[in-house]
Amino acid sequence: MGLFKRRLAPRVSTGGLLDEVRPAVPTAQTSVVEIPEHDPLHAYLLEAGGPVDLTKLALDSPAVRDLGAEKVELVVPLINQGELLGTLNLGHRLSDQPYSTDDRRLLESLAAQVAPAIRVAQLVRQQEQQAKERERIDQELRVAALIQQTLLPRDLPKLPGWAINAHYRSARAVGGDFYDFIPLAGGRLGVVIGDVTDKGVPAALVMATTRSTLRAVAPRFDSPGRVLAEVNDTLQADIPPAMFVTCFYGILDPSKGEFRYANAGHNLPYALRGSSVTELRATGMPLGLLPGMPYQEREELIEPGTTVLFTSDGIAEAHSVDGAMFGLPRLVDILTGQRQGDGIIDSILLDLDSFTSGGEQEDDVTMVVIERTSSARRSAGTFAEGDLRSLVAMSFPSVDGNERLAMDRVAEALADLDISPERLEKLKTAVAEATMNAIEHGNGGDPAKTVDVEVLGSEDRVLIRVKDHGGGREIPNPETPNLEAKLEGLQSPRGWGLFLIEQMVDEMHTMTDASHHTVELVMYRNPSPGEP
Amino acid sequence: MPGTPFEAVNRRNGATTVIDLEGDVNRSAQAALDAVFEEAMTGASRLVLNFTAVDYINSTGIALIVGLLAKAKAAGLPLSAFGLSDHYREIFSITRLSDFLTVHRDEQEAMSAT
Repeated sequence: MGLFKRRLAPRVSTGGLLDEVRPAVPTAQTSVVEIPEHDPLHAYLLEAGGPVDLTKLALDSPAVRDLGAEKVELVVPLINQGELLGTLNLGHRLSDQPYSTDDRRLLESLAAQVAPAIRVAQLVRQQEQQAKERERIDQELRVAALIQQTLLPRDLPKLPGWAINAHYRSARAVGGDFYDFIPLAGGRLGVVIGDVTDKGVPAALVMATTRSTLRAVAPRFDSPGRVLAEVNDTLQADIPPAMFVTCFYGILDPSKGEFRYANAGHNLPYALRGSSVTELRATGMPLGLLPGMPYQEREELIEPGTTVLFTSDGIAEAHSVDGAMFGLPRLVDILTGQRQGDGIIDSILLDLDSFTSGGEQEDDVTMVVIERTSSARRSAGTFAEGDLRSLVAMSFPSVDGNERLAMDRVAEALADLDISPERLEKLKTAVAEATMNAIEHGNGGDPAKTVDVEVLGSEDRVLIRVKDHGGGREIPNPETPNLEAKLEGLQSPRGWGLFLIEQMVDEMHTMTDASHHTVELVMYRNPSPGEP
Repeated sequence: MPGTPFEAVNRRNGATTVIDLEGDVNRSAQAALDAVFEEAMTGASRLVLNFTAVDYINSTGIALIVGLLAKAKAAGLPLSAFGLSDHYREIFSITRLSDFLTVHRDEQEAMSAT
């Protein structure tokens, strides 16, 4: 606004306005004279309110001198709501007569009409610029969310005797969190969790670089410390000076439960055994700061019944509305109150959400949970009866069309299970519809809000959980649409989604809390006895 | 964006206009579908939707087809369809669309029906 105020936008250039319509002097010659707020003329014009004769004005003002140099004799201030928007500047009258009282009155009434019109024009322009800026920021967030989303693992590793779960929820200004699983020789698994300083597109790009560097380096060395040292040297040369990456990297040998790890300044993971919680502590500098850094290497034996939790700082550093920080002790408390690995992610999210009570999520929240189940009896594709286990958890930004992506990913995750092609098609349609509802209704099409899709399976059924970040308003009960009324134009042609979902699956459950809608779709692996 | 972009083209077959659809029938199909259908309605005595090259129809797509059906009904033009997969034939049946729009196996069957 300051910019507009000081620019004298409307220049009625030197010349006798009232005598002649044609300009006395070519207007192209005129230049803009600024009257800064601290110039005495500024206050003087506001005070005067009407035309001021500069030739009679004794004021020590650079602006008066500048106007004099432009041969301006009469200045008419354009004032709106106590604000000087600009001036009409008049030069010498063509008839050589002084400006008369009538002239001044006419100029004054002209100024009174021009000023509000200019103000309106300024406001419109300002609003247009703000809208453009908002659009630009939204676009950037969409790009960052897309980069992030594309690079997080599509599927979670399935290891006999192990349950691996992950959760990623992006903040509005996407924060640069990432995790990854890298298959290594001998059935071993590289586990990565990291966080890039900064947010938005720059963070997403550095995250992408870090991820691909790690993926390239990891298979070459058996030592996690060596891997981080190599990645650090590569990144250090590449990433902007003010940025760095915290990153934990470990190599799991699932057959023995041996976990060797190194840490580049990332949050310490926790190992949970019964009610005892220990930290996996190894020292090292964040990646990308200085070349040639050493990374301490440690080893942890993960026995059956042990769970390891990896987090990003978005959890411990989350704030409540009154400014308190969630903190690590609270996280440890949740862990010790937990009996088994299953549900740790949900317990933490539940507690985190009640702690922040609806405040905007400040940073990405990322968790990876690796649990060694009590024995190797459970393995991929076979389930203890009645015992649902998570197969895949994914998140999608609320972007039109992502329902197809969700549908295809769920189908991929179910590829090995014995669901007939016909029933799989139905489940796919239900997943797409539930995801579309979550994108459009739950999340209101806000790309920064994710739709979280989890695929669970048991001996006799699969369950797809589709969760949005809307909440509050209950999901309506599905009703049978009245096609006749729709064809007569008496009802909207739309409104098929929930009805279709219900028709496609064996069971549909909906749940609403303050901040989420959850739709559960159940399909029996072998059509249930109740199936008609 | 995932999915297959939508296209629709009219093809005259005697007094029948066959509307060849291709790609995903969802929200982004609306403008193209409505425009082509408007054109198809002029001068034809019946309309046939060809779904052979469509492999995804969502609930918004169903709503679009309801809209087409309403327009055809208002203009007194019979509308039928062919080329739907078994899955979408079932959806046309569940939504009762097939009560108002005859669903044929293929073009030959659709053309020989009166």
